Amino acid sequence: MRVNRRTTATVATAAVLGLTLAACGGGGTSGDGGGEGGGNEVEVFTWWAAGSEKAGLDALVGVFDEQHPDIEFVNGAVAGGAGSAAKDLLQTRLQAQDPPDTFQAHAGAELQDYIDAAQIEDVSDLYDEFGLADAFPADLVDRLSSEDGAIYSIPSNIHRANVVWANPTVLEENDIDPEAQYEDLDAWIADLEKLDEAGVTPISVGTTWTQVHLLETVLLADLGPEAYSGLWDGSTDWEGAEVTAALEDFETIMGLTNDDRDGLDWPEATQMVIDGSAAFNVMGDWAVAAFEEQDKVLGTDFTAAPVPGTDGTFDFLADSFTLPVGAPNPDGSKAWLETVGSLEGQVAFNKAKGSIPARTDADPAEFSEYQQTAIESFANDTIVSSLAHGAAAPVATLTAISDATSKFTTGAADLAGYQSELAAAAQG
Amino acid sequence: MLKKLRRVGPPLLLLAPSLILVGVFVYGLIAANFSTSFTDSHTAAQATRQKPTAFVWFTNYLDLLASEDFQHSLMNLLLYTVVFLVGTMVMGFLWAWMLEKPVKGEGLFRSVYLFPMAVSFVASGVVWRWLLNSNQDEQASGLNRLFQIVGLDVLQNNWWNNITFGIVAIAIPAIWQLSGYVMALFLAGFRGIPDELREAARMDGASEWKLYRHVLFPQLSPVALSALIIIGHMSLKAFDLIMSISKPANYQTKVPAVDMFVFKSSFDYANAAAVGSILLIIVALVIVPYLIRTNREEKR
Amino acid sequence: MTAAAEQLTAPRQAVGGPGPRVARSRYSLARTLRYAALIFFLVVVLVPVYVLLVTSFKGTGDADPSRAWALPQIWTLENWATAWTALSPSIVRTVAVVVPSAVIAAFLGSLNGFVLARWSFRGADIVFTVILFGMFIPYQAVMIPLTQLVLDLGIPTGVPTLILLHVVYGIPITTLIFRNYYATVPHELIEAGRVDGAGMLRTYWSIVLPLSVPSFVVVLIWQFTSAWNDFLFAVFFSSSQNGPVTVALNNLANGALLQNYGVSMAGALFASLPTLIVYIILGKYFVGGLMSGSVKG
Repeated sequence: MRVNRRTTATVATAAVLGLTLAACGGGGTSGDGGGEGGGNEVEVFTWWAAGSEKAGLDALVGVFDEQHPDIEFVNGAVAGGAGSAAKDLLQTRLQAQDPPDTFQAHAGAELQDYIDAAQIEDVSDLYDEFGLADAFPADLVDRLSSEDGAIYSIPSNIHRANVVWANPTVLEENDIDPEAQYEDLDAWIADLEKLDEAGVTPISVGTTWTQVHLLETVLLADLGPEAYSGLWDGSTDWEGAEVTAALEDFETIMGLTNDDRDGLDWPEATQMVIDGSAAFNVMGDWAVAAFEEQDKVLGTDFTAAPVPGTDGTFDFLADSFTLPVGAPNPDGSKAWLETVGSLEGQVAFNKAKGSIPARTDADPAEFSEYQQTAIESFANDTIVSSLAHGAAAPVATLTAISDATSKFTTGAADLAGYQSELAAAAQG
Repeated sequence: MLKKLRRVGPPLLLLAPSLILVGVFVYGLIAANFSTSFTDSHTAAQATRQKPTAFVWFTNYLDLLASEDFQHSLMNLLLYTVVFLVGTMVMGFLWAWMLEKPVKGEGLFRSVYLFPMAVSFVASGVVWRWLLNSNQDEQASGLNRLFQIVGLDVLQNNWWNNITFGIVAIAIPAIWQLSGYVMALFLAGFRGIPDELREAARMDGASEWKLYRHVLFPQLSPVALSALIIIGHMSLKAFDLIMSISKPANYQTKVPAVDMFVFKSSFDYANAAAVGSILLIIVALVIVPYLIRTNREEKR
Repeated sequence: MTAAAEQLTAPRQAVGGPGPRVARSRYSLARTLRYAALIFFLVVVLVPVYVLLVTSFKGTGDADPSRAWALPQIWTLENWATAWTALSPSIVRTVAVVVPSAVIAAFLGSLNGFVLARWSFRGADIVFTVILFGMFIPYQAVMIPLTQLVLDLGIPTGVPTLILLHVVYGIPITTLIFRNYYATVPHELIEAGRVDGAGMLRTYWSIVLPLSVPSFVVVLIWQFTSAWNDFLFAVFFSSSQNGPVTVALNNLANGALLQNYGVSMAGALFASLPTLIVYIILGKYFVGGLMSGSVKG
């Protein structure tokens, strides 16, 4: 009897386990490429899940399907919101050695961690194979190369960060010439203060990363392109008087921004200019999509200009694609990278997304008015790397700078403390 | 020996599936977490063993606890937890107390009060970000605007953008979401009290207050304790909420769970693990006395 | 207090008191106040829901924080249509995750609860503590080893992995609720079974399980809600092609540089509907289940 009873218990236990396993095995279709290599599909991991970014991705996939009809595109897009879920997930998958076939990353220093961790492959030979070295501007290729001269990603598009957007109606109402070309920040700040006295929000800004974005353009304006670039290779002293002066300007400008900034992301900050509740907004050129979506016309409803003091400089950032170490289907990855670098791919993608091609051989006539001006500047201006978007400094440095900036702009640190935290952050 | 096995064997067999799962998925991972937290793995290269890591034991913990920023996070967590617990308990009790007596439309009130639990913060985060907008006066929107509309301008404030008490504002959506659950617990507690007890007290001429003080509250205290534990463990996971209303980089709303995320996303796995362990230890300090207490009571 | 009790006590007070009229007016004043307060809180709770609802019917330019309180300028169903197309396939998958995981976790919890509460053996308390502690594990910190573990087990991502994880991390709380519930089941019932010579399992099947319905309701609701609203596991162990509704909602709400608020809010409401329906259907049993002792710590 006893034995029987125990047997029953054992059987029951086994049944429970079986039930669990059965439930686990049944149902879902097999995963997102996790684990199973082979099959001729390519999983492309991006955070372009909706809007113009998704339209761009779809256009790129259209070209990919034409160029590589035998390879199936698998969309691994995860939206970045709610805690930058996408990057968190990507990092975890790479760490667990379950990489996608290729993933989106900002070109430049942001890749350094993946390189150090031996998670992405050198793709220099693909540049030769696809003839990309000549198609991209030499300045850009320099910036993409890591210290050892190798290149780890292929850019799909270029954005400009140092753009100031303005609402001409608001400016005219307050006797400010919308066409004014400001020599430097001081001239601009004078007008901002004038707006402030008139009771208008002179300049809108959003949460921490947009504040870092503003900081970067202020540093660029006050230090000039050379000294700004020197901040990232150690040749400019973070503790120096010039940086102090720039930070003072940053403090002044932050004092002229909206109070609810920490709760806003960039579209809401830009929206303030569109609505006329703020006069200026500093944001990258993806903001043009926000204006155009609401049928605003460049030149009449809004203006776009380099941030005062940064004329002649193109503060660049780029999205790019990589070849992860241990990609399940490396041939698929290479096929995708080929499409990304190709003229057709770059034109289709950027026409839909609103950015500009990294290639110099695209015909500007195919693009919008704003894009044409950006293409021209990119070809002629001095190019520097954006901090806020991962081109200039590795992730850890950017994180430390963001933390310090938030502490400063919420009033928990003073300027001297801020400057020394920045210096410490840049040291790594 | 055999007898003992017979006594202990079957229960353990029944528990086995759960124990195996919990052993692997909880304790295995906690062990992995602790072991990472004792290393100096602060860079991406170390995380993938491209560069060596060394055991530094408690260095990460000591550095964290000594840093002003982490103390700020702990302080925020404490404030948040206190406000969240008090808020849900008070609201939940109040609602249960009002619904305890027969009320027309009880079902409606109960369902509406419970409803926020059904909405995840992935979903309602945007609304709360709007509502808790810190602009005031002419530029006000969200709740500040609502206060103006109903003529309570004095209530306007900058919500979570206050550097010291901002975190308290983040507790508001959390209270909104979970008060209904606490109400259900208390309501059940009220209904579980035998009518005879109240009758007896009334017969003795006890006032309403005395009835609550001496008869009802003591009966409700186990319910309150359960509620505290369940709500308390959620406060340590305030992560989703802070992420959807504020941003991880915003200094005013930092809590340890956010620090953990920030460390992890900049490849500083050792510090991320150390923060995780500290959270776990805090939980242990709270939960173990509770368990000892419950066990002792049951033994009595 | 029941209605009958109230009727009984009210006249008794009236006899020695200052007169029925005063008593009644005080009584009705209290009642009015109570209703006023109930309605006040009803409105407060619904404030965010109001914003969600009106915004979900607004067009692109209209859905803006500055106009949060205003009714739509033009009512449009477009957002709801978009949300429906984007979310409906994932709703089905969410059900496929949530229902089995809630049922299995509840069943395991009830077994554990029964054993721990009623078949006490030496060390039962320690085993309980060990299980309960799992409730407090900081998920963020263990995501990397967890991903590794799931990968090593070779379970396909998407629905199967999510079921497993929701079961595993549901065990502590379901065990807690059932154990506390079974602690209140009269000893005699179970002892009777033992004296009969019925084994543990038979006692469980024939005596305990039928008594557990109220607790099952509580546990199922809790598990259903938390699995339905889970985002962390969902985003790590599934993709937009095979994941639950929170992932689809996140892609819908946060995928674009330019967020479409109307669509996000329609999606938010749409994704909450199934949980809401469960509450409305099971709400009465929920409180009833809690009542029958399952909350007594």
